[in-house]
Amino acid sequence: MIKIENLHASIEGKEILKGLNLTVNAGEVHAIMGPNGAGKSTLASVLAGREEYEITAGSVDFDGNDLLEMSTEDRAREGLFLAFQYPVEIPGVSNVNFLKTAVNEIREYKGLEPISAKDFMQKVREKSALVELDSKLASRAVNEGFSGGEKKRNEIFQMAMLEPKLAILDETDSGLDIDALRIVANGVNKLKSPENACIVITHYQRLLDYIIPDFVHVLYNGRIVKSGPKELALELEEKGYDWIKEEVDSVNA
Amino acid sequence: METIINTTKLDVFRSHLTPTAINLPSAIVQEVNAVLDQTDFPTTRQEAWKYTRVGKIAAISAQQGITPSDDTSFPIIDQEAYTIHVVNGQPIWTTAQDKLPQGVHIKTLSSCNEAELQQLFEKKIQGIDVFQALNIAYLTDGLFITVDENVSIDHPIQLLHLNTTDSQVSNVSHFISAHKGSKASFIIGSLSSANSNSFTNSSLNVHVAENATLTIDKLQVEEEGNLIVSNELVTQENGSTFTINTITLNGSLVRNNLTIEVDGTNCTTNLNGAYLLKGNQHVDNHTVVDHKQPHCNSNELYKGVMDDQSTGVFNGKVFVREDAQKINAFQSNGNVLLSDSATINSKPELEIYADDVKCSHGSTTGQLDEEAVFYLRARGLSEASARQLLVSAFISDVLDKIENDAVGTFIDDVLSNRFGWQR
Repeated sequence: MIKIENLHASIEGKEILKGLNLTVNAGEVHAIMGPNGAGKSTLASVLAGREEYEITAGSVDFDGNDLLEMSTEDRAREGLFLAFQYPVEIPGVSNVNFLKTAVNEIREYKGLEPISAKDFMQKVREKSALVELDSKLASRAVNEGFSGGEKKRNEIFQMAMLEPKLAILDETDSGLDIDALRIVANGVNKLKSPENACIVITHYQRLLDYIIPDFVHVLYNGRIVKSGPKELALELEEKGYDWIKEEVDSVNA
Repeated sequence: METIINTTKLDVFRSHLTPTAINLPSAIVQEVNAVLDQTDFPTTRQEAWKYTRVGKIAAISAQQGITPSDDTSFPIIDQEAYTIHVVNGQPIWTTAQDKLPQGVHIKTLSSCNEAELQQLFEKKIQGIDVFQALNIAYLTDGLFITVDENVSIDHPIQLLHLNTTDSQVSNVSHFISAHKGSKASFIIGSLSSANSNSFTNSSLNVHVAENATLTIDKLQVEEEGNLIVSNELVTQENGSTFTINTITLNGSLVRNNLTIEVDGTNCTTNLNGAYLLKGNQHVDNHTVVDHKQPHCNSNELYKGVMDDQSTGVFNGKVFVREDAQKINAFQSNGNVLLSDSATINSKPELEIYADDVKCSHGSTTGQLDEEAVFYLRARGLSEASARQLLVSAFISDVLDKIENDAVGTFIDDVLSNRFGWQR
């Protein structure tokens, strides 16, 4: 699905990713954890195509395409989805209208006819139920006046509407109470299939009680320094990150 | 002794114009000519023209009196409206005069007698500026429209102005008198098809009597290269409602002076404006709302989007006079600049002499939210679609206030053809 090799990225001259390697196959869920400032959100931003970041080395292969050569919208059209850590409020732009434009531009890209209004509304009803998002919210302006939990549910609703091959959840759990967390996780789990994959970026183990990862990676200082099964997340929760930092720093010293 | 005669730009401009053939009282004509003899075109040293240069107008060698052939068909905005085209300053009855609704009277100024003209024009000449004086001295023609007491018109009356040849100068003056309890709406369009340098200098006087409701949708969509100066004076009496939506989508130089005197209690006044500019367009909206009486509401919302090297000017002034207590007056001007070379000069002003009022005004200027653009692109929208969606959302606040669907559709067509936008 996606193969990241030796990825280096910097912003304003400061190197954040320093040779990151990661391979995710269809049907897998990978969790990326790590301390503040490790580069977790940078990874998400670079994969989604944020232009502030400069890629200085490395490659990303996404289903046979050179991801780094693609525009943000083409990445989305090829099936990459980023659930934002801080979803943007867009006054005056209705959620449903913009999603319809998005769905149709993606369909056009794939050489498909536009979706009918009836099918689209059917899908809106179905998918908003999935994340228990009030259908009134679905038709309101994008994220405007939404609570933190509603914004995150809206991200998962959009993900459900766009049916991506690879979803990247960037700290989707931050700012969520336990009920919202359960709803968001349920949504993600219901969308899981052998054909798609998911990268869950998180600071805490909590989300991983609900979304069970196949692999857990620790990102520290711009690299993945440790990978393991889901039990690694529990170990991190118990022991914190310091032991890993020490391990890495002693090797580098 | 030597006498130096300075020939002004205004003198040169006037030398190409034909003095009015309308039967105006000679005292009025003399007075406006005296104004013109003593002055010149305004310069940017004058506060009211600080951001707007009128050199393009002054440079026109006017062509006048060209009449298009009878079989020419002219654009229409609302197919159901009662329509009069004003072509090169001359009214053409597209809707036959005998097909006008009951209780509506429309006559051309050229068919008015001197006494009627005296009544219409005597108040107009107090404190007039160059363009208003030119408008009268070289008046081509205009319409005097009356809506009788308690008459409601089923469809709008549309006055559509066109200059069909380059350098055509049309001085047009209309009067609308909405009598007590009447209800009417108007579409006033500037749709010049000339390629360049046609100039419409228009004047509109509106009187909204007690409990009357009057709405004007004003659309300025000239072929690029044409010029407009437009002066509107509206007076409102007790319990009346007046709404004007000024939408400017094309034209090289447009200056609107809109003054609303709210001289009655319990009035409602709505002024909405949208300007979407590109290329080298320059659009200047000067508005004045003058609250002279208590217990009134006014709402003003102007929004603009400037691309390329275009320039927008907004100067909105609200007066609340000493006796005008319990006034709610709101004014807001928002602007988005789409390019680094686009400019907006925005100046909201409030002058309040009463102490029990609620007034607010505000002006914002910004660029599109790049984070929102990225968000939309991350969902698969092209960059162009993302920007268009954000611009439409911004300007829709104003466009959504237009209740006439035909006008809305016309605007959408212009947005799509000229800007490639879908709303």
